[in-house]
Amino acid sequence: MTHSLAAQINSLLAALILLSAFALLAQRKILGLVHIFAWQGFFLALSTAVIGFASGEHHLYISSLLTLGMKVFLLPYILYKLVHKLKIHRDIEAVVNIPTTMLLGIVLVVFSYHLTAPIRELSNLMTRSTLAVALATVMLGLLMMVTRRHAVTQILGFLAMENGLFFAATSATYGMPMVVELGVALDLLIAAFIFGIFFFHINTTFDSLDVDQMAKLKETD
Amino acid sequence: MTPLDIAGFAVLLLLALAAAAPLLRSVRMLQIPLAFSLSAVASLAAVVAGVMTVAAGSVAAATMTLGIPGLPFHLRLDPLAGFFLVVIGLLGFFVSVYSIDYVKGYGGERSITQMIIFYTLFLAGMLLVVLADDAYFFLVAWELMAAASYFLVMYEDERAENRRAAFLYLLIAHAGAIAILLAFGVMAAQSGAAGFDGYTFDAMRTAHLSSGWAAAAFFLAFFGFAAKAGVIPLHVWLPEAHPVAPSNISALMSGVMLKTSIYGMVRFAFDFIKVFPWWWGGIVLALGLVSAVMGVLYALMQHDLKRLLAYHSVENIGIILIGLGLSMIFAAFHLPALAALALVAALYHTLNHAMFKGLLFMGAGAVLHATHERNMEEMGGLIHRLPWTAPLFLVGCVSISALPPFNGFVSEWLTFQAFLLSPALPHPILKLLIPLGAALLALTGALAAACFVKVFGVVFLGKWRGRHKPERIHEVGWSMRIGMFMAALTCLLLGILPTWVIGWMDTIPEQLCGGRLAESAGKFGWMWLTPIAHERASYSGPVVFIGILAVVAVTWLLLHVRATSVSRVPVWDCGFVKLTPRMQYTASAFSMPIRRVLGFLFAVREQVEIVPHTNHPALPGSLQYRLRIRDRFWNWLYAPQGEAAYWIARQVGKLQQGRIQIYLLYSFVTLIVLLVFLG
Repeated sequence: MTHSLAAQINSLLAALILLSAFALLAQRKILGLVHIFAWQGFFLALSTAVIGFASGEHHLYISSLLTLGMKVFLLPYILYKLVHKLKIHRDIEAVVNIPTTMLLGIVLVVFSYHLTAPIRELSNLMTRSTLAVALATVMLGLLMMVTRRHAVTQILGFLAMENGLFFAATSATYGMPMVVELGVALDLLIAAFIFGIFFFHINTTFDSLDVDQMAKLKETD
Repeated sequence: MTPLDIAGFAVLLLLALAAAAPLLRSVRMLQIPLAFSLSAVASLAAVVAGVMTVAAGSVAAATMTLGIPGLPFHLRLDPLAGFFLVVIGLLGFFVSVYSIDYVKGYGGERSITQMIIFYTLFLAGMLLVVLADDAYFFLVAWELMAAASYFLVMYEDERAENRRAAFLYLLIAHAGAIAILLAFGVMAAQSGAAGFDGYTFDAMRTAHLSSGWAAAAFFLAFFGFAAKAGVIPLHVWLPEAHPVAPSNISALMSGVMLKTSIYGMVRFAFDFIKVFPWWWGGIVLALGLVSAVMGVLYALMQHDLKRLLAYHSVENIGIILIGLGLSMIFAAFHLPALAALALVAALYHTLNHAMFKGLLFMGAGAVLHATHERNMEEMGGLIHRLPWTAPLFLVGCVSISALPPFNGFVSEWLTFQAFLLSPALPHPILKLLIPLGAALLALTGALAAACFVKVFGVVFLGKWRGRHKPERIHEVGWSMRIGMFMAALTCLLLGILPTWVIGWMDTIPEQLCGGRLAESAGKFGWMWLTPIAHERASYSGPVVFIGILAVVAVTWLLLHVRATSVSRVPVWDCGFVKLTPRMQYTASAFSMPIRRVLGFLFAVREQVEIVPHTNHPALPGSLQYRLRIRDRFWNWLYAPQGEAAYWIARQVGKLQQGRIQIYLLYSFVTLIVLLVFLG
């Protein structure tokens, strides 16, 4: 496999990651969101493996495996269990309607390409063209957190942001040092557990996972 | 032993006492006498060090191995510092002796250990402020003094009023401390020394500041010290904190802690900056005049004994500032002899005020200790129940009213001499305006006398007005009497031997403004004080004292020559049989004429309410009179600031929406904006 072929595969995977990020914005069902998140993790793992193969940085295989285990199986499984336990299958409401959110997302993608243009000129890595996608994924995750009301979607937005950051690291510098990646993976796992505990508490306190209910905690009116 | 060693010994003894106080707790009986008599020894050591330094005019400096890395603490003992060591040590000695019995009154109710720790730290902090010779050490000592006194003001902390007063004190003290820190920063930055060396006082002495930076440094420092000294309009903490603190602490705070800020002002103006335009002195003089007149007017309106004394501290700080301001004006016009006169007047009044205000607060503490009452309207006739406290308190009253032969007269007289010599200034407008200040000072003295006629008359003369029986009131313990007696004796000695005192402290004006006073002041021996020339003015403390003593002795002899010449009978009731002690002249009534004339200066609210008779509603049963006098400065200066801070907080509080999306949006927008600017 030549470098140019690897770069093309990588670009394809980047496009799929971006597509899944938009799908996250468009999806109304919670279980649908969990599935899309799993797919995004799968593309990410694949992309990491391809970059690791093409660049000869073999520690990326370990990252890839970690990503596969964590983001494709473990985290979606935890979320899936949570959704079943809390019985929250119904549609979720967005603060801003979905077409507008998509349009905002497109603006953010264009903005990311504009931002990373100077970096593309300077870098000579084969993955340089995907940096814009990585930045766009981070911003789309943040946009998802801002525009959705449900606590679970907030967490999915957060995890999507982390996917974007991970992708940015691999595409900009062929991945972070192994220690950092292991640490981040562990943090994510623990975060997922803590989120789970918080969901239970929020649900029992407010009888709902709608974060707007938490406005009651404000100090003054 | 050099004076600096002795002063160091005093500080170390106090710090050791603070550390050992918890260990002493096991020997309950000995804890109070041991701690306070050792504090008295330490204070006496400070006095010895100060007297030796001032008399010899010596300067000693030392560098400690302690301190911040790269900046060891510096110590220096020069005549100015020595003089303030004497002020602090002398009153510290009297109050420590007084405290032995006074603090026993708290036994069993509150932690005595806490009192001893903060008392000794407070004294040590004040001594270190005077001894410090670099900005860091000065501020460490300054904060030690402020924090220790905060805890002492809070000593009776179960009452919300006390906590509020202590907080106000801490707030204003820290606003001042920040200003002092900034002033040191300006001096250090402009001194041109490398690194931390600019923070030593030596570098500040040799710094050459441009006139703008010099003014910035001086007025920042002046503001900071004025906040501690209680100069109007920064005085609001004084009448709140002094009444609630234990009386021995009030005596120390009012008597000497305020004086450390006078020390700071003199140090900044005459030692660091040295060359300044006359308008600096003009501003100091104007603020001094305002503080003196307003302080005494507010004092007249009070009926809480300690609050009244607190307002008198504002007045006396004003009088000291008048002397300081005049001295700065004279120095700016290169008149060293007159500058020396005014500076000596200011410093002499500093010493005198420490003595008589300490005495008055100790006396107020004795009254409080005996009666458990702070409101003057509930007292009366205490001269019969407190035969020792009453005459000693009277000495304080006469001294603060600037009447001969006591010490208050001498220093105010010197200030007047400085005023009357102001036509020597080569500036036509100042020649006209400054003598007007003398008129205000005269008004202050007269009002202070009126105020203390009220205090002594209402508290000690007449009949008991209180609700509980006066038979329960007993004279206070011996150590309290001894402490007050020594302070009263000092007041008298400082009043009748001014020539010696001025001769002793002559090295201070000589080093600070290049002029001397003792040569002309003591020309006619120790009997006569002639500040400039005997043709202009002279005063003999001893002669006046002997004259007054003779008149009093003759009167006493005439009254007591026959056994029947004094007889005790019931008060004549003018034929009206229902006279009660509550119908006596009250403190509010005494000050009413002045309240009517100068009422526009205060926020006065008077209410008279007629309560109907219970059986016959048509007839009046009783009259209720309510009088509330508030400080206008509170509404003018402090309330708007508080409201503005609250308003800003409310506006900022609107950021708190309680919705996670909004918070996320804040970070999202911030991220985008930063990326746009950086991209």
